[in-house]
Amino acid sequence: MQIKFDRMKQTVLNAAHRKAGAKMVDFGGWEMPINYGSQIEEHHAVRQAVGMFDVSHMTVVDVSGPEALTYLYQLLANDITKLKTGQALYSTMLNESGGVIDDLITYKVSETDYRVVVNAATREKDLAWMTAQTDSYDVDLTEQADTAMIAVQGPKALETLQPLIELDLSNTPRFYATWNEELFIGRTGYTGEDGVEIMLPAEQAEALWDQLIAAGVQPCGLGARDTLRLEAGMHLYGQDMDENITPLECGLGWTLRKENPTFNGADALAQLREQGINKKLIGLVLEGRGVLRHNQTLIDGAGHQGIITSGGYSPSTEKAIAMAVVDKGMDPATLQVQIRNKTLPCRVVKLPFVRNGKSLIEE
Amino acid sequence: MSYVPDNLKYTASHEWLEDLGNGVYRVGITEFAQSQLGDIVFVELPELDESYAQEDECGVVESVKTASDIYCPLVGTVTAINDALEDTPELINDSPFDDGWIFELKLDEEADTGSLLSAEDYRASIADED
Repeated sequence: MQIKFDRMKQTVLNAAHRKAGAKMVDFGGWEMPINYGSQIEEHHAVRQAVGMFDVSHMTVVDVSGPEALTYLYQLLANDITKLKTGQALYSTMLNESGGVIDDLITYKVSETDYRVVVNAATREKDLAWMTAQTDSYDVDLTEQADTAMIAVQGPKALETLQPLIELDLSNTPRFYATWNEELFIGRTGYTGEDGVEIMLPAEQAEALWDQLIAAGVQPCGLGARDTLRLEAGMHLYGQDMDENITPLECGLGWTLRKENPTFNGADALAQLREQGINKKLIGLVLEGRGVLRHNQTLIDGAGHQGIITSGGYSPSTEKAIAMAVVDKGMDPATLQVQIRNKTLPCRVVKLPFVRNGKSLIEE
Repeated sequence: MSYVPDNLKYTASHEWLEDLGNGVYRVGITEFAQSQLGDIVFVELPELDESYAQEDECGVVESVKTASDIYCPLVGTVTAINDALEDTPELINDSPFDDGWIFELKLDEEADTGSLLSAEDYRASIADED
């Protein structure tokens, strides 16, 4: 007889979350905080002051070796050669059909060392794909499994964190990183606010977390993380894109490198461009009362269709907002969303909805 | 443990009912239900003067997390709705048994109040999750 226990994985901050009153949920096999009371208050803390997220479930992979750069040039659809030392790059990683395997951030540590952060839910397939692509390159991949990660986000993030650490953050521009033997701090995030993502040895994470709490930083759960990134117009892998859609069809064309497009999936993208791209990603605001949600369907007067890939109530604008993938010809004037038994008009707006604490939705 | 007032009746789907006399009941959702939903951002109220059968979907409560139907707890006609929820749906979070009431229902003659749960029964029904 075999008894199998499926236990959720826990980050090193699990006990700290419970102490802070977190409601825990299963997130891709990880037991993570969804909120610590009010998701909306957590959201506002990040927009107006400073909040923090445990993102230790994310996967950190160091890419090292004489051919690290040429390996990443082939693996990633963005242009890794543009990076200066310390700089970060957002990119997709595509399969041979041009579908999105994952989106990720790469930091350049040196000419031969790069640090890549990929999503938690896609860890296994990402590592398998990245490993398979190393075949013809002199490069080593090392997963940093004992690294914890805390994102400190909001207009007061840097001034709150600075007194607690030895690294000087004053010379680190947005989308750059700084580091010493223990800390690796990227001025990056997933909220549309200034802030940092701190990677540090797992055994030091709870002490820093406690210091941040004592400094007045609001712990924030996955719920607030989702509304913040949606307002910021940032994609969520598995909803706004996956392996069945190319960056050209879901609003990520801006991440594709134009010079020397030899990356994995580039041929399929060239073919798609030739045939014509039939889908696009748009931002939506619901005109009336209600909430836009993932998987609600859209239709216009001419029968063009679409689907909401991410939707929800936006605490900063107090409106229902969404990102949707729609037929290229979708007519903004007659676009309607199906919510239960009603069809309601929506307004097409530019992304992002919110940036640096301010609503960008035109009235 | 969530607060479950002794003087109310309940359904397994987390509605509460307060007997206002003359066959009229006030209806809302329980403290346990609002805590599970999280911050409530939108309420679709039942139609005034509309008749609903027991367990009909008569409204919707949407939180930051999810949309949940409100089920009519007994057969009857809606005689009042809480308009304040249109602009301040968070009243359900702040005051689920009082300011966050949702509607009032005049029961039909065939309504079976025996199908409702007592406070004790409802407490037992949520004990595993609470």
